[in-house]
Amino acid sequence: MGLRWENRTTCLHPPRKRFPKGRAGQGHVQSRCSRWLVLAIAMVRFYMEKGTHRGLYKSIQKTLKFFQTFALLEIVHCLIGIVPTSVLVTGVQVSSRIFMVWLVTHSIKPVQNEESVVLFLVSWTVTEITRYSFYTFSLLDHLPYFIKWARYNFFIILYPVGVAGELLTIYAALPYVKKTGMFSIRLPNKYNVSFDYYYFLLITMASYIPLFPQLYFHMLRQRRKVLHGEVIVEKDD
Amino acid sequence: VEILDAKTREKLCFLDKVEPQATIAEIKNLFTKTQGKSLKDEDVLQKLPVGTTATLYFRDLGAQISWVTVFLTEYAGPLFIYLLFYFRVPFIYGHKYDFTSSRHSVVHLACICHSFHYVKRLLETLFVHRFSHGTMPLRNIFKNCTYYWGFAAWMAYYINHPLYTPPTYGAQQVKLALAIFVICQLGNFSIHMALRDLRPAGSKTRKIPYPTKNPFTWLFLLVSCPNYTYEVGSWIGFAIMTQCLPVALFSLVGFTQMTIWAKGKHRSYLKEFRDYPPLRMPIVPFLL
Repeated sequence: MGLRWENRTTCLHPPRKRFPKGRAGQGHVQSRCSRWLVLAIAMVRFYMEKGTHRGLYKSIQKTLKFFQTFALLEIVHCLIGIVPTSVLVTGVQVSSRIFMVWLVTHSIKPVQNEESVVLFLVSWTVTEITRYSFYTFSLLDHLPYFIKWARYNFFIILYPVGVAGELLTIYAALPYVKKTGMFSIRLPNKYNVSFDYYYFLLITMASYIPLFPQLYFHMLRQRRKVLHGEVIVEKDD
Repeated sequence: VEILDAKTREKLCFLDKVEPQATIAEIKNLFTKTQGKSLKDEDVLQKLPVGTTATLYFRDLGAQISWVTVFLTEYAGPLFIYLLFYFRVPFIYGHKYDFTSSRHSVVHLACICHSFHYVKRLLETLFVHRFSHGTMPLRNIFKNCTYYWGFAAWMAYYINHPLYTPPTYGAQQVKLALAIFVICQLGNFSIHMALRDLRPAGSKTRKIPYPTKNPFTWLFLLVSCPNYTYEVGSWIGFAIMTQCLPVALFSLVGFTQMTIWAKGKHRSYLKEFRDYPPLRMPIVPFLL
């Protein structure tokens, strides 16, 4: 066992909870919430008019793509501290969403009418509205218990539903990807590299196995702490 | 003045006889001195700024492993793995290619260069480097080996592939790349020797490195960590030689990591030495 004598830093007050302060923080959080509300309303209207999920993706896709790409800003917001979430967690979430929207549903057209697409769209929408309502109300210091309850309970169903939707969508895309060889580079070529999108998708699906339980149990632990007593210094989401 | 841990609220230190006029900076100094800014093995108790009772703070860093062990493991892997691909050991490429040899001379040259590079690293670890710290956290060996071994396998797969495409500009490109590679390997070795000579055997003193009679060390005039500069140069040379994108990516990732280290080293040089040469940049002359 190696031992080393370490340094520590000092400060006069215990570390404060980092939270979106000022108009920038409020404005950002509210706009994020309303964007997802817009999406939710568009989805509900479509379903009420058409009675089917077919073509739903097509009708909302522009809005969805715009919003999700905008979500890259989220990572910047975490970096500069407007939002109290760790950069890594948000980075993973944003990348996986952008991956689903641009590299799966946008690029692989046959997959757009799958029921699994609706599954993850609904899951994402409800999750985000709940989460950002929570932030908004927290900022205004008027947090209705229902919002807090929703935030720490809805995920119990929504996470698995969303993950199921994403995995089923990727799975549905596999035959098409294999047949067309899309996004793939084969040997021989000038730069001596190859990439097989089909295997990339398989590996992505496999990566859900270690990642999803970690996220889920993290949220469960947060839930136990927040809803059942102890005050914690919240840093991660 | 009582100092508590911010998270656990436990009492960390009690500084008595602090002047009312003392600034926070001075209190921090007293605190870090008493708390242990990496207390060195050589420190003498009497010389430390503590009162009649000295309180030492112990922090368990977790399971550790020696630097030498980590270096040897992480460098031996790529050496061995690359050769597996070079000799086209079964189950990597199609069976009709087992134990065949590439018809491109650059592939053989690449194997020599890659192997030489890692043999050099192993020998330097055993005979040249003088480490400031004996150990690092155990989990580092898994992280580091994944990085080195993974990239080595990825590169070696393409370079030794039966469908490998030799460089676009042929022998000219290979010769230029080889020159860059050899110069940077010599440079990197020269810097390692110069750094070793800065520090007498068994000691842990730190001095500003300066150019010596060896022309390769003249890069010290422009850069704090010329060993990293030469290392990136070697890999760029290797990338040009093999014209293989995975090699370029490996060079890029390595460059990023080494830049972070170089900046850290540069900063600590500046902190420690008032008279540090102002012209020097961390890793890339004039730029970075």
